[in-house]
Amino acid sequence: MKSELTTEQILSNVNEIFIDVLENEDLNISENTTASDIAEWDSLSHIALVVSIEKFFKVRFTAKEIQDFKNVGEMCEGIRAKLLVA
Amino acid sequence: MDFLQLKKNLKKDFSKLKLLKIAILGDSSTQLLHQAIKGYGFEGAINFEIYEADYDQIEQEILTGSSGLYEFQPDYVLLSFTTQKLYSKFCKTSFNGKTSFADDHIQLTNTLLESINERIKTKVIYSNFIEINDFVFGNFGNKIESSFIFQLRKLNYELMKLAIVNKNVFINDVSSLNNEVGNTASFDSKIYINADFVYSLDFLVRVASNIVTIVLPQIGRLNKCLILDLDNTMWGGIIGDDGIENIQIGDLGIGKAFTRLQTWAKQLKQRGIILAVCSKNTESIAKEPFEKHPEMVLKLDDISIFVANWESKVANIQYIQSVLNIGFDSIVFLDDNPYERGLIRNALPDITVPELPEDPADYLDYVRNLNLFETASFSEEDLDRTKQYQEEAKRSVQKQSFVSDDDYLASLQMTSQVAAFDKFTIPRVAQLSQRSNQFNLRTIRYTEDDIARISESSDFCTLSFDLKDTFGDYGLISAVILKRKEDYLFIDTWIMSCRVLKRGMEEFVLNCIVHIAKRNKINKIVGEYVPTSKNGIVKEHYANLGFKLEDGYWYLGVEKFEELKSYIHEK
Repeated sequence: MKSELTTEQILSNVNEIFIDVLENEDLNISENTTASDIAEWDSLSHIALVVSIEKFFKVRFTAKEIQDFKNVGEMCEGIRAKLLVA
Repeated sequence: MDFLQLKKNLKKDFSKLKLLKIAILGDSSTQLLHQAIKGYGFEGAINFEIYEADYDQIEQEILTGSSGLYEFQPDYVLLSFTTQKLYSKFCKTSFNGKTSFADDHIQLTNTLLESINERIKTKVIYSNFIEINDFVFGNFGNKIESSFIFQLRKLNYELMKLAIVNKNVFINDVSSLNNEVGNTASFDSKIYINADFVYSLDFLVRVASNIVTIVLPQIGRLNKCLILDLDNTMWGGIIGDDGIENIQIGDLGIGKAFTRLQTWAKQLKQRGIILAVCSKNTESIAKEPFEKHPEMVLKLDDISIFVANWESKVANIQYIQSVLNIGFDSIVFLDDNPYERGLIRNALPDITVPELPEDPADYLDYVRNLNLFETASFSEEDLDRTKQYQEEAKRSVQKQSFVSDDDYLASLQMTSQVAAFDKFTIPRVAQLSQRSNQFNLRTIRYTEDDIARISESSDFCTLSFDLKDTFGDYGLISAVILKRKEDYLFIDTWIMSCRVLKRGMEEFVLNCIVHIAKRNKINKIVGEYVPTSKNGIVKEHYANLGFKLEDGYWYLGVEKFEELKSYIHEK
């Protein structure tokens, strides 16, 4: 069950998604990583990232949520909160 | 195929693929569309060079002669208006203006098209509109001319009419794509809110695929033949075991599923797709339902080549291909058996072999939605090719009874009508120009408009040829465009349908070309062979006809030319 994932497991899954979507094998993101830290993470790839995360965790973000994510940590926290409700 | 895979395609090697220039103009953001089209191009072996106009600049780009669009000189212009933007415009329109909203948009479209056509020679791919009812009037909107849904549907209808008149306009039928998945799947509100992009990423892949599908037949890549397995594909059950009374077709069992598929195949046949049968069966038993079963939609008459035996399907499909003389890459093979499908895919990788769903009830919807038979042209001659190919099968039997080719050719009593292009032949000549890949010396594709222009120009002489023999009528099978130069005739185009290879048509055509040269007191004829991956069969064409190669061009002197032997008589 995905709802039992720990924050670390979520982060590790999200890292895999970042590697896949941004096509950069060397990525190793942390909760503090922001878009300005990763060259490939622009507004276009942000959409692909969000859609991939939605598909993987079977969750749906709101329009506001994807605007408000300030860093990877907030993204993961958003996922965790949704998995708990699911 | 999902968007991420398309994105990964962007890093692949496009250098050996066919280069086409496409300009993308949208009223909403187009960056994702750009990526998807480039990425899907790889799947269709096309290297799209893309010009992406700035955000929401359709009119400015098109109406300003000095815009980047015109500098780019695209082969295709993609016009992507969206229902969302249209709706904002609609809402700002006065009540009275709403009743003419669709007409006004059509008028705008016509203005844009005129501006494009005045400046560049290009094809326009125009996305039609996803139909969204705003329910301001509810269902009643269908009875109100000033409702959005009324104007939207009218607009889609008027766009089809516009595309009939404008030969270089092709509709990207996004509306039909949307019908298949629905608005909830095609639209992702958060992507729209945050990026002003109107498709979900999954739907974007379909749209990109559709655009590539529209382009492929324009460059000669299209399916011409559907080969059908019989048992459990065309009917439920096994004819050899179950017998004619027990196979499921029509009312028996799940027969309706097969009836639907047959009905669709028959529609394809009527519009010019060749149907063939390839089945592991005893021939007489396999034919029985076609002859005697009252509920069979397909009859023997509908099938161009019927192959039922116990040989391997690979060999049988190779035989069908050789009689039809079309590329393997223009054949679709339907078979319920995954093992047979795998064998064919392995042995003949160019053939399209759909992975049919398990339940025969799903066959039709699945195959239909693959859109395997996109075309870029349609003429009367397409209507029913079946007879032609049945005649061809008879010819191959007769040929075996003659010892020499000459005797065989003489026995066919061939006649050909030779004429300059006229309004009756222009559509078919254009189609030959679009579709001929093998017997095509320079592979320059002309549209109907181009051919009409050439036929009226005094710079060109044109010749079209039909062919008849004792077995039947091939219709118009060859065309030549000669460009008058100062002291020679240049063979701009020499194309021929491969159905009439080895009939001596080439010799007959050259005799006619020389005749024209003589009449115009021109002493030299110059030809050129431009190699492509598919026209290897005409590599030695000019050499075989006595032309001499010099600096990449082939020369023939008219004075010393002796008429070539041919069994074709001019009518």
